[in-house]
Amino acid sequence: MNTTFRALMGACALAALATGATSETITVATVNNGDMIRMQGLMDDFYAKHPDIEVEWVTLEENVLRQRVTQDVATKGGQFDVMTIGTYEVPIWGERGWLVSLNDLPESYDVDDLLPAIREGLTVDGELYAAPFYGESSMVMYRTDLMEKAGLEMPDAPTWTFIKEAAAAMTDKDNEVYGICLRGKAGWGENMAFLSAMANSYGAKWFDMDWKPQFDSEAWANTLNDYLELMNNYGPPGASGNGFNENLALFQTGKCGMWIDATVAASFVTNPNDSQVADSVGFAQAPDNGLGPRGNWLWAWNLGIPAGTQKVDAAKAFVEWATSKDYTALVASKEGWANVPPGTRQSLYENPEYQSVPFAKMTLESILSADPKNPTVDEVPYVGVQFVAIPEFQGIGTAVGQQFSAALAGQMSAEQALDNAQKLTEREMMKAGYIK
Amino acid sequence: MARSVSTRRKLITTLAAWAIGIAIFFPILWTILTSFKTEAAAIADPPVWFNFHWTLDNYVTVQERSNYFRHFMNSVIISGGSTLLGLIIAVPAAWSMAFVPAKRTKDVLMWMLSTKMLPPVGVLVPIYLLFRDLGLLDTRIGLVIVLTLINLPIIVWMLYTYFKEIPGEILEAARMDGASLRSEIIHVLTPMAIPGMASTVLLNIILAWNEAFWTLNLTAAKAAPLTAFIASYSSPEGLFYAKLSAASTMAIAPILIMGWFSQKQLVRGLTFGAVK
Repeated sequence: MNTTFRALMGACALAALATGATSETITVATVNNGDMIRMQGLMDDFYAKHPDIEVEWVTLEENVLRQRVTQDVATKGGQFDVMTIGTYEVPIWGERGWLVSLNDLPESYDVDDLLPAIREGLTVDGELYAAPFYGESSMVMYRTDLMEKAGLEMPDAPTWTFIKEAAAAMTDKDNEVYGICLRGKAGWGENMAFLSAMANSYGAKWFDMDWKPQFDSEAWANTLNDYLELMNNYGPPGASGNGFNENLALFQTGKCGMWIDATVAASFVTNPNDSQVADSVGFAQAPDNGLGPRGNWLWAWNLGIPAGTQKVDAAKAFVEWATSKDYTALVASKEGWANVPPGTRQSLYENPEYQSVPFAKMTLESILSADPKNPTVDEVPYVGVQFVAIPEFQGIGTAVGQQFSAALAGQMSAEQALDNAQKLTEREMMKAGYIK
Repeated sequence: MARSVSTRRKLITTLAAWAIGIAIFFPILWTILTSFKTEAAAIADPPVWFNFHWTLDNYVTVQERSNYFRHFMNSVIISGGSTLLGLIIAVPAAWSMAFVPAKRTKDVLMWMLSTKMLPPVGVLVPIYLLFRDLGLLDTRIGLVIVLTLINLPIIVWMLYTYFKEIPGEILEAARMDGASLRSEIIHVLTPMAIPGMASTVLLNIILAWNEAFWTLNLTAAKAAPLTAFIASYSSPEGLFYAKLSAASTMAIAPILIMGWFSQKQLVRGLTFGAVK
């Protein structure tokens, strides 16, 4: 009995040792969006290819995730082996050496297939610091039935003048139909994402080449005045509290004639299970003013590996799998082409099956028309279309967003909001040492 | 006449109590209702109350996507552990302050309470670094320690006020009968303070269960309690209200049930001492 017991214990110990030696667990921090959740459901494919790697997920809301991973990577906390990060973080973290370079991904990964605009934003001094999982831009989503009723036809690439005309024609406040829905909620990733991109198409910029804030320029005054005119005359009530989700709910319930927002919304508004207007939605590029840049942004969620992790090889294997062409094919085979993570690879848009997805062409055109290194008419010292890739931007962007949101709520004039924005940005940039 | 005034007053008081009760309970009721709606019905304008297609899909999705049981067990261990540890430290502390007060006892009590006034984010980075160096990040023991320290001032204060209500002569009599300090606290003081201690325990479990700042910041995959489970269903891009409501209902259900069954003790305890 004693011998049997001993033998059993020995076998257990050996099994435990063997398991420990062969299996490695990596922790992946990610955002709660449809594409990421879908990936968690397709992990069997990864486990079949990498039986020696276990993946634990930490899914968090975007703002909570950003704070958690920033805290962890900055303090080398080592809580995560793979992090989902945006195009704002990658250049800043890459420059500080907080991320592992991905330049040594195998040839089969075909890094040259990544869309140049996206790849450019993830590269610092020739080193690729994150692999894009899905990319997005912004575009116009509009109600084809209301447009037809108004006797207008939406061009593929409209101007702001046309948008104003169409918003006026589509507005029917008695029936709670508003010509245009735009972001009004304060935040660097909320109203300032939209307004910074809109400002680019008006020739405005955040800073000149000496990092001096430019809110006192005529271009910014024109941008804000036109935005307020659109929203005050043709927008929904209480718009200063509306972000992506609020506008999505308004559009899906038939209360918006047009909505300019993230291309990822296209799959939501055309889904008949959730959207009451699914069969009457059209798409167009974000508007311009004939100056060159359009009012669209560029964003990608990417997978990066923090420099402090002890499991670089396993983390790289996961990143390679999740952002590969094979993964795209896997999603298409299981869930259909409309559910493939968009906006990262050229080959996806060359695929005839994907070309038949209604919003595919417009998404690609929108992504390709944004240039993070030359976002506006004039030359600027920063990278980023709807943000400025410097660490101080989150604080400054949100503070400026609060001024513009207050102007939309009628608490101050556009002039006052711009004046406040100029002063606070100057103060913060001086404090950070960019200007004297 | 006097009787009619009394009836009217009773009626007004009853109506006011019901109105306040419904107002307080409404967010929970709305969350529970939303958890049975489709995402489209959850954002309907005007809102739909009961006349919608009732579905359990959100609960199924949440079960499929998350390991509810693991988060639940973490919540139980963290809130239970921190309450137990807090009680072990707070009972002797409150006893000494209530029955053997020193010159500065009141000041010490005020100082303890003042630590609750510091915004937690002010000490986040130092505590994160300490936890990193001690290997306590994403561990249940780490969270038990933090939540004990956070809730300790409240436990000490509550117990202190309950103990103050107990006549010192009873303890004195026990001492004269030869009871040791240990038996005095365990066999004489504790039975008399049971209602107060029960409400302290219940309140502390609720506070620890709902704590969302430290539990989100100091955990990742292993020790994450139900607060992290809820946070994983919020999203700035996409409709999630129905699924989030289902996750929230599942997270609050245990504490709601516990509160329901122990409400008598909770009310008795809260009206027993000076905390009225």
